[in-house]
Amino acid sequence: MIAFWIILTGSLVAISCGLLGSFLILRKMSMIGDAISHAVLPGIVIAFLLSGNREPLSMLLGAGFFGLLSTFIIEYLHQKAKLQTDAAIGVTFTLLFAVGIILISVFTGKVDIDQDCVLYGEIAYVPIDLWILDDGTIMGPRPIYILSTVLVLIVLFITIGYKHLKIGTFDPAFATAIGIPTVLWHYLLMGAVSITTVASFESVGSILVVAFLIGPPATAYLLTDDLKKMLIITCILGVLISFFGYWLAYWLNASIAGCMTVLLGVFFTIVFIFAPNTGILAKKLKSNKNAISI
Amino acid sequence: MKEDIVDPVLEIHDLTVSYSRKPVLWDIDFSLPKGCIAGIIGPNGAGKSTLIKTIMGVIPSSSGYIKIFDQTLNAVRSRVSYVPQRESVDWDFPASVLDVVLMGRYGKLGLFKNTNKQDKRIALECLEKVGLQDYTKRQISQLSGGQQQRVFLARALAQEADLYLMDEPFAGVDAATEKAIIEILREMANKNKTIIVVHHDLQSVVNYFDWVILINMRLVASGPTQKVFNNKLIQEAYGGKLTLLTEIGNILEERQIPPREK
Repeated sequence: MIAFWIILTGSLVAISCGLLGSFLILRKMSMIGDAISHAVLPGIVIAFLLSGNREPLSMLLGAGFFGLLSTFIIEYLHQKAKLQTDAAIGVTFTLLFAVGIILISVFTGKVDIDQDCVLYGEIAYVPIDLWILDDGTIMGPRPIYILSTVLVLIVLFITIGYKHLKIGTFDPAFATAIGIPTVLWHYLLMGAVSITTVASFESVGSILVVAFLIGPPATAYLLTDDLKKMLIITCILGVLISFFGYWLAYWLNASIAGCMTVLLGVFFTIVFIFAPNTGILAKKLKSNKNAISI
Repeated sequence: MKEDIVDPVLEIHDLTVSYSRKPVLWDIDFSLPKGCIAGIIGPNGAGKSTLIKTIMGVIPSSSGYIKIFDQTLNAVRSRVSYVPQRESVDWDFPASVLDVVLMGRYGKLGLFKNTNKQDKRIALECLEKVGLQDYTKRQISQLSGGQQQRVFLARALAQEADLYLMDEPFAGVDAATEKAIIEILREMANKNKTIIVVHHDLQSVVNYFDWVILINMRLVASGPTQKVFNNKLIQEAYGGKLTLLTEIGNILEERQIPPREK
């Protein structure tokens, strides 16, 4: 049962992150996910200090606010100060993350969060973080409920917004010209990334969140040239990585998040070499064939 | 020089556009008749693309107003189409030719509706018009520059609009595509559609356009090609760049230096 809960947690995170990450990498904003997953830290600490508990709702609100704040700052620095996007991202998220770290260290006694947990999380504790009703009924691990809710919201968001997200990603000028509110969709997407990141990293840590945001979509991107298929492949990859990542960690007796991230790298490398059209092997063969025909 | 129109398709009044307080377009003021192919002509940095992006609401204006079919853009958006510069998008995006053309239908669909059979039929018809009927399933990164431009044109056609604004549709396309595109534009103009094209090749202006808008940050001239497209006004629009060439031309003429020594 432990294995099941952990693999399920990994899969839920992987699918939510992968769906959003697909749009991020196509918008050339992969590192925004990294930025948001770090920039939400002060939000979490402040929400905790204000509410005095670790209820998911207050955490999500605090983190969501700081996630959006960081995207506003990044946009502002990029547009008004003419700073390159990547530089704006680098300045913003390191600053906000550091503020979060200071808050944690100043209020050490009062905050039930530590830096290690934020960065690496501990997916192995998911099965013991149980949701127990007042009458003592055990409902199963608490993170599963939170992550499932988030996944349902993200799937709804992507299904409803698919057309607008797609056109706003491919050709924002044209989308604006035909009356699609591209700026609104941009911030909705950023808000969705913030919420997913926060809900996920409590269980799996921010490194695995970033890995799931970028790894599976980047791998799927090499495998297909259809956006819908790219989203589906991303989801399948996420589940496969959670499954094999867990058993690899079990076998090596190593960190589960670490093993999942390493497997992501392995999957990407395999695809990078062997992908039917875009892989380096296929390209090499093609150029050899051309050379022979010439 | 400016020729005003009664009952214009597009009317621009005192338009000023600035990027972070620095104006790039000043006091642009002109109107366009229905059913013409109009070229926006001017040197690099004259604000040609900025002008049509402002008309489409992609860039906000600082002052002045734009009326399309005597209404604001928002009221007539479904009747206006826009073809951005080909280089403005990432052609490695995972989409097929048909996917991109179907995007032309998105404006009419709203949030919850999906493209249906009729949208697909229209998209396929538009692809046939631009001669890409055999490429519908092709991934867009595998197209040549000319084919990519045709895909954009097909997407605009799929909008079934009455006013089309095109940003450099002839940039970096082969001669065959250029000819095909101008034929399609003529056909559209014959059906009383109005087409505005940002263009930089002075050689082809007389052949392609019925109407010319010469700009260089300010409006230099707007009117029928034969009235407006003359040396004096072109020089005014191009300022120093052409004057230098003209001066050389004058010197050559005066001194009668033979082009090549025999």
